[in-house]
Amino acid sequence: MTSVSVRDLSLKFGSLEVLRTLNLDIDQGEFLVLLGPSGCGKSTLLNCIAGLLDISDGQIFISGKNVTWEEPKDRGIGMVFQSYALYPQMTVEKNLSFGLQIAGMPKDEISRRIERAAEILQIQPLLKRKPAQLSGGQRQRVAIGRALVRDVDVFLFDEPLSNLDAKLRAELRVELKRLHQNLKNTMIYVTHDQIEALTLADRIAVMKGGIIQQLDAPLTIYNRPVNLFVAGFIGSPSMNFLPGRIEGRGDQVRVVLGSGLSVPLDGYEAGEPLRDSLEVVFGVRPEHLTVSREPTSGPSLPAEVELVEPMGADSLVWLRLGTNSMSVRTESTAGFLPEDAVHVTFDLAHASLFDASTEERI
Amino acid sequence: MSDTVTMKGKPLTYSAAETDPAVPRHAGSAVAVGPSGSKPQKKLSRRNIVLYGVLILAALYYLLPLYVMVITSVKGMPEIRLGNIFSPPVEVTFAPWVKAWSEACTGLNCDGLSRGFLNSVQILVPSVILSIIIASVNGYALANWKFKGGEVFFTILIVGAFIPYQVMIYPIVILLREVGLYGSLTGLIIVHTIFGMPILTLLFRNYFASMPEELFKAARVDGAGFWQIYFRIMLPMSLPIFVVAIILQVTGIWNDFLFGVIFTKPDLYPMTVQLNNIVNSTQGVIEYNVNMAATILTGLVPLCVYFVSGKLFVRGIAAGAVKG
Amino acid sequence: MAVTARPARWHRNLSAKIAAIPMIATALVVFVGGTAWTVVYSFTNSKLLPREKFVGLDQYERLWGSAKWLISIQNLAIYGAFSLVFALVVGFLLAALLDQKIRFEDTFRTIFLYPFALSFIVTGLAWQWILNPDFGIQAVVRGMGFESFTFDPLYNPDIVIYGVLIAGLWHETGLIMCLMLAGLRGIDEDIWKAARVDGIPMWKTYLYIVIPMMRGIFVTAVVLIASGIIKVYDLIVAQTGGGPGISSEVPAKYVYDAMFLSQNLGQGFAASTMMLLSVIIVVVPWAYLEFGGKARRV
Repeated sequence: MTSVSVRDLSLKFGSLEVLRTLNLDIDQGEFLVLLGPSGCGKSTLLNCIAGLLDISDGQIFISGKNVTWEEPKDRGIGMVFQSYALYPQMTVEKNLSFGLQIAGMPKDEISRRIERAAEILQIQPLLKRKPAQLSGGQRQRVAIGRALVRDVDVFLFDEPLSNLDAKLRAELRVELKRLHQNLKNTMIYVTHDQIEALTLADRIAVMKGGIIQQLDAPLTIYNRPVNLFVAGFIGSPSMNFLPGRIEGRGDQVRVVLGSGLSVPLDGYEAGEPLRDSLEVVFGVRPEHLTVSREPTSGPSLPAEVELVEPMGADSLVWLRLGTNSMSVRTESTAGFLPEDAVHVTFDLAHASLFDASTEERI
Repeated sequence: MSDTVTMKGKPLTYSAAETDPAVPRHAGSAVAVGPSGSKPQKKLSRRNIVLYGVLILAALYYLLPLYVMVITSVKGMPEIRLGNIFSPPVEVTFAPWVKAWSEACTGLNCDGLSRGFLNSVQILVPSVILSIIIASVNGYALANWKFKGGEVFFTILIVGAFIPYQVMIYPIVILLREVGLYGSLTGLIIVHTIFGMPILTLLFRNYFASMPEELFKAARVDGAGFWQIYFRIMLPMSLPIFVVAIILQVTGIWNDFLFGVIFTKPDLYPMTVQLNNIVNSTQGVIEYNVNMAATILTGLVPLCVYFVSGKLFVRGIAAGAVKG
Repeated sequence: MAVTARPARWHRNLSAKIAAIPMIATALVVFVGGTAWTVVYSFTNSKLLPREKFVGLDQYERLWGSAKWLISIQNLAIYGAFSLVFALVVGFLLAALLDQKIRFEDTFRTIFLYPFALSFIVTGLAWQWILNPDFGIQAVVRGMGFESFTFDPLYNPDIVIYGVLIAGLWHETGLIMCLMLAGLRGIDEDIWKAARVDGIPMWKTYLYIVIPMMRGIFVTAVVLIASGIIKVYDLIVAQTGGGPGISSEVPAKYVYDAMFLSQNLGQGFAASTMMLLSVIIVVVPWAYLEFGGKARRV
């Protein structure tokens, strides 16, 4: 069943188009992540769904009800913000009860809900404290609690973990995932952090320029990005892009990477027939390449080690391949050194080809 | 443009370091730079003598009038006629202060300054309260609700702050006369509210705009409306800016002369007007000691505000820099 | 799923609009309406009461033919020029001195700024007393044996405006100093370190690096002083009453006298319109430079 539905949504500030005829359906209980660089419109879209911004055109439905022109409080949503946005002069308890009081809810119902939320989030000992007396992690828990007590179907998260340090961020990420598994609410989550997106999401919507570029399950987005932008944005270290040209037809088709080096495209699943002499960008992730000192049976090319970045368990080996430079993830024990002559092998099942002019996946 | 003039919608920041020169900065002046613990500082270097010498001379220039006013006000007239205005009093008398407060004559009455003081208080209190209530709500509406046309009216208001009062005075006289408030304290209170509005609205708008926007959004998701957010979220968080606004208005309205003389009648004149009439309406022998006592008395309220508020006063004038 | 149309606009943010009524009324009625009214009536021959008998530029011709107005303008120019230069220079120097990590900085700052808390009436009366030739500085110096010493600016029509200037500067330099100090404190300390490493003498660092970086503060200070200058009124009333004779008249006082003392409203309107014009001449280029080029909202 559809929980949140966005139809042909547009938003303009003057002549500036922030969101362009956007469509999005989110299922009941789904965890959807809106991912993109800053300024891509992801937070704006979330604010529109929340009713904090008046949209220029289109319709928004939540739980089957048209809420396009409803006030935020009447939309059946709870929202969690990046800066926590706790009311500094109120205790945690007051923060949680503020909205319920305004709605005129009876006192015993309020305290019942606060009790339940506090239990779920394990913030019972904090109820009498002011926000200033809490750590960042505790504040964000309270902020989630404020959404929780509203007892709504849809939770909106606006970069909720961005203000926390790396360790705490990882902890709360797990907690959020657990919360979602228990509550089974619909969650819409905005972030620019691809790790958060990949770990939390049922589906990810990658946005750029007010348009959803790709809406898919995390692994699909990771393995089969629909265009150059998505391919470059997802994955760390990022995908290697090598300019090239398609040559040959049928079984003999190959991509020529300049300097006479070419890779046969045997294992590549093209979405459309590969046209001869089409200018392309050949993309392959560092983890889908292998380096060896001897040539291998797969499609491989000779290269030279440029430098090595040890990253703990793995090392990132930068290779010079003709005029191009590319990175390969290897085990740290491999022990490559600069200027080593090596061979690099491509895993074509996980490679991507993009049309150089349209930047779309082929 | 600097941080202090904020007409382009950039929020005024109220972190102490930015607008408050009173906060010591630990490095940055030329003497402070250098490897720590290198050369021992000589306490009486030539540089320091010049530095402190100039500062003390300047301080004397600034203190001189206050000193002269105070000692003149406690001398008797014979001593003033014979002596030197800078020499300390031989015999201290407070009679001039008493006379200045309760007996000194203007051309019209002989009640001293007490009448003007009471009038000023009656003008000051409602003017400060009314102007701050209106401006804070205006600033809040502009910063958080961004209603259509809001910025246009705000721009007019700020531009209006640069228009000389003389241009707008007579139309206001006519308007007040039409509603029967010309010459009354109420009329003057309205005038103070009107002319305090640009700077106070700017002050509050920038303060509210500098608050995290997400707080406002969270309150809206919680279902709070315009007044609920104002009273329950914004007000409790903005005590400092209200204090700054009060300082600004108390000194400004207390020191006003032009509006007082135009919009009230002689028996309602504020203290500044009364003072000027006492000193500058010569009748018989001029009593300089009484004049100076009266002058100090009139300056006492803003001086107290100044010395008590200290850094907040500086913050207020930095914020009010656009007012002029 | 049913499509809903955009609801009527007028009641969006209704509370905010209602709350803004006093501001809207002030902006439209007083600031726009009042200014327009005065400008329009400056072309009438209103005397005791405003009346709609238009006489073209008559009031302006009379204005520029009036000795009192010409002296007012001249005084304003002298007072303005000196006040601008001295307030900026003295204000900056004091701020630079206070910025040398000195002891008792707070005390000095408090002393330099306190006159600004006082009214112009108090300021004017205090300096009237100090400059009183029979008892003040002149009398004291003569008392020390310099019998021919003369310093009586408030009684000498040729220099009376400089007597007012002394009081005006006393009142306002503290404010400028405070602005400048805030500006100096806002300069990145690494600038000083870099200048020091490069071996640039301190005065050169101020002149070529710090002052250009404080451009914004200087512009603010100039706008501030300039808009204060045009409003000078109370100070004159308290210190000289416009005298001796009419030698220390200023435009703001000319307007007041015409409107409320000599029942010559038309003259008052014309004079205040001239004041408005001079403000426009100062403010518009500044506003254009600051806001126009960048096309940013005010």
